[in-house]
Amino acid sequence: MLRFTLRRAVLMVFMLLGLLAITFTISHIAPSDPAALAAGPDADVAMIERYRVEYGLDRPLYEQFAIYLQRLLTGNWGKSIHTTRQVWDDLVTYFPNTFELVMFSILIAIVLGVPLGVIAAVHQNRPIDHTIRILTVSGVALPMFWLGLMAQLYFALHLGWFPLGGRIEMMTDPPEAITHLLLVDALLRGQFGVFAEGMHHIVLPAVALCFPALASIIRVNRAEMLETLNQDYIVNARAHGLSTFRIVAVYALKNAMLPTMAMIGLRFGWMLGGTVLVETVFDWPGIGLYAVQAAISSDFEPIMGATIVLGFFFMMTNLVIDLIYGILDPRVREQV
Amino acid sequence: MTGPAPLLSVQDFRLEFDTFDGVYKAIDGIGFDLAPGESLGIVGETGCGKSVTAKSIMGLLPSPPARVRDGRILFGGEDLLRVGERRMRAIRGNEIAMIFQDPMTYLNPVFSIGTQLVDVILAHQRSRPRAERMTREQARDHAVEMLRRVHLPNPERQLDSYPHQLSGGMRQRVLIAMALSGRPRLLIADEPTTALDVTIQAQILDLIGELRRDLGLSVVMITHDLGVVASVCDRVVVMYAGQIVEDASVARLFDHPSHPYTRGLLAAVPHPGRPAASLSSISGSLPNLLDPPAGCRFHGRCPLAGDDCLRPPPISTIADGHRVACWRATEAVFPGEAVDAGA
Amino acid sequence: MAIQSENLALAPPGFAERHAGTIRALRLYARTFARNGSAMLGLAIVLLFLTTAAIGPWIVPFPDDATGSIHLDIKLQPPDGVHWFGTDEVGNDVFTRVVLGTRVTLQIACIVTGVAMLIGVPLGMIAGFVGGWVQEAIMRVTDVFLSVPGLVLAIAIVGALGPGIVNAMLALSLVWWPGYVRLVQAKTLALKNEIYVQAARSMGASSLRIVFVHMLPNCTSPIIVKASMDMGMAILGAASLGFLGLGAQPPFPEWGAMISIARTYLPDWWWYSFFPGVAIAVTVLGFNLLGDGLRDVLDPKHRE
Repeated sequence: MLRFTLRRAVLMVFMLLGLLAITFTISHIAPSDPAALAAGPDADVAMIERYRVEYGLDRPLYEQFAIYLQRLLTGNWGKSIHTTRQVWDDLVTYFPNTFELVMFSILIAIVLGVPLGVIAAVHQNRPIDHTIRILTVSGVALPMFWLGLMAQLYFALHLGWFPLGGRIEMMTDPPEAITHLLLVDALLRGQFGVFAEGMHHIVLPAVALCFPALASIIRVNRAEMLETLNQDYIVNARAHGLSTFRIVAVYALKNAMLPTMAMIGLRFGWMLGGTVLVETVFDWPGIGLYAVQAAISSDFEPIMGATIVLGFFFMMTNLVIDLIYGILDPRVREQV
Repeated sequence: MTGPAPLLSVQDFRLEFDTFDGVYKAIDGIGFDLAPGESLGIVGETGCGKSVTAKSIMGLLPSPPARVRDGRILFGGEDLLRVGERRMRAIRGNEIAMIFQDPMTYLNPVFSIGTQLVDVILAHQRSRPRAERMTREQARDHAVEMLRRVHLPNPERQLDSYPHQLSGGMRQRVLIAMALSGRPRLLIADEPTTALDVTIQAQILDLIGELRRDLGLSVVMITHDLGVVASVCDRVVVMYAGQIVEDASVARLFDHPSHPYTRGLLAAVPHPGRPAASLSSISGSLPNLLDPPAGCRFHGRCPLAGDDCLRPPPISTIADGHRVACWRATEAVFPGEAVDAGA
Repeated sequence: MAIQSENLALAPPGFAERHAGTIRALRLYARTFARNGSAMLGLAIVLLFLTTAAIGPWIVPFPDDATGSIHLDIKLQPPDGVHWFGTDEVGNDVFTRVVLGTRVTLQIACIVTGVAMLIGVPLGMIAGFVGGWVQEAIMRVTDVFLSVPGLVLAIAIVGALGPGIVNAMLALSLVWWPGYVRLVQAKTLALKNEIYVQAARSMGASSLRIVFVHMLPNCTSPIIVKASMDMGMAILGAASLGFLGLGAQPPFPEWGAMISIARTYLPDWWWYSFFPGVAIAVTVLGFNLLGDGLRDVLDPKHRE
């Protein structure tokens, strides 16, 4: 198990390098002069030249890449034009909000999705199965941003059950940072009012974000449960008198979860992309919104920074899922 | 048949399947008895209904699409077809246990065999009075004990291993241990050696024989292999297309096969020393059970068939403990034997 | 797939005879497909979509609204008998705009999927067939691309190149091709060990011939299924970029771009955001159902 983990971790380092190679390449296909971009709109020629030397933009490509890596490792991720701050500082400020939103969202998707998939499989072709299937088929087709807008329209504006957007009310002070995660910090500091408000604000965006993932997870889990329940070892378990609950919820589910986990990983990636849309709709102060605002104003460094952070986050998640897969399925542990 | 009351008695059992293409009449009125301590073989080609019979005894057929039309399956006085799922769950493993054909697919690949064994043992405890139930620790010990019984090397270590780490023979032993862990009175073995190498087959059959003696088990052995029947069974029932055509002791069947199908089967077995040119086969193929022939289902392929075969043949007892379902039973009689027509 | 036998000495048989096996297979597929209710619904939606894209400009009730005419006197009207989807902020009929958006959407989806296949399929075949370090190199690059969330990478590319519909299509194609590489590589690898490939090789067939005559036809089924599902995803991707202002720019009648403008007119003039979104959802649904139906037909192991 340990060797398995180490192998995966080493692989991840290479993937990260690859990711940085991609962002490096992208920054060099930009039509504008990268030095001018980095220096900002009000730089004069001398400043631009200084940046050119500092960023090594007059050197051969592989040297530039080395300088790039070094720059990133020392925390110099560039300066954001539209926030006038260092990109690194911006990322540190905004990332926790995205993290909370995405984690909350995937949690809903898993906690609701897995049981609903099991229920649909166990009651195959009966009304509840049909209802669930209609939901899942449409769920994957709905555009996330439109779903968010409609949810805002109906639940926030029309019914007034939820706030329109934002992380918390403008007047409220966030709790003193421990983990930088608002909900967690509020709990740790005992500020239950702030916690409740934060929860109130996170519901709509999280639901809009998780909807396609929820639909996919239900579909895959249902299909896998149906497949698993037909397997011989289930017949064997019944032949030895095990209870239906144990057979379905433990014996069958553990097998069905394996491909479901793969889908969860895939959908998590889509969610990280979707966070860009949902944060825009709900004014959620996260990396997605940051990246979009940067893209619109052609502010280059923040986009690259956001891409690296989100890419890295996705890689870490995939690593975790791989590990969980290894724990669940003993056959995998012995493979290369 | 005289003697002690049968442990298992199948009577006039009729079963159908509702399929997309129609009603599949899988079992058409079969009946046989199993005495306590006896080993009964059910022999027939693939598709004749032997597995379906076994699964019906255990109540493992999903109920649509399977439908019982008629009959009783009596076990220790209870009709298994009518006792309800709760009672069946208590019976499964504790009183009747089953082992299956392919040990790889019948073990859950993501749980250790220890977990699966202990789960089964703990499931058995539910039908015991509270005071007698085993704890998890005791169940584990019992699992080790059972693995030892089936001659699995290193039983304690094996508890933590996974099915894919064991060989086919070892897996089958695990399944046998699982089946017998509840001390059942009856073991149903559905082609337990078909998926195994020939050398391992012999070992597994020996093991079943040994456990049968030690634990006083009765065994129903389902197989298409006459060799298995000859070596392990006391009595044998021959099935064809959902009907029982012959029912006799093993010695009797091999010496005096009476049903044309049985004779065909035995004639098709190659013997060393017999020239290959004289290998015979039964021409034709299985009837379509969506629209089965009336009367004897073998008459389409039978060399002795006549017009009366379109009516269900009577079950003639042509010798003590030897019954045949054939209009021509008298014609198959060997010189010097008495006939006793009518069931 | 049927293996075509070589006819040695006689006159070549007619088209129907030579392809009898394939024709029979196609008939079986069509029948199985037709039995599947949701697949037929998907097909219907997709056909409606394609038809609308083709004849859209000629059937819209207000054709001049396409070319940017302005009728401020009827701006932001709710849906009624004349304007089925209401009007937008310059008085254009929303229904007309949505219908016109069909063509734009189809173009984007086709180009994105097409380019992705064009890059991904050959790379996948090369990787699977050649093996060795070439395969390793291609697959590693593919893995790295797949490790970045798609929309994020697309935004990064568009951010570098500048917003616009062409850059959006380029970005989306670059995000999509790795999926095809993986699919085709796995399939090619599996096929390499099939008996008939080894037989062809032992008869001296060149690698190129093996790849094109024997392997490619067997890859087409999963590629078709994936392409169908991808059309839906491409539409969502394009609409997302449009919504963010990074794709098609207004006044292009692209559905996502429309919604981004319409957003500022919520909640009072809700129809402006509502209907384009419904159009997106229905179209994507159609392609998804079609893809599912095709998969059930072409890959029966995948039955639900």
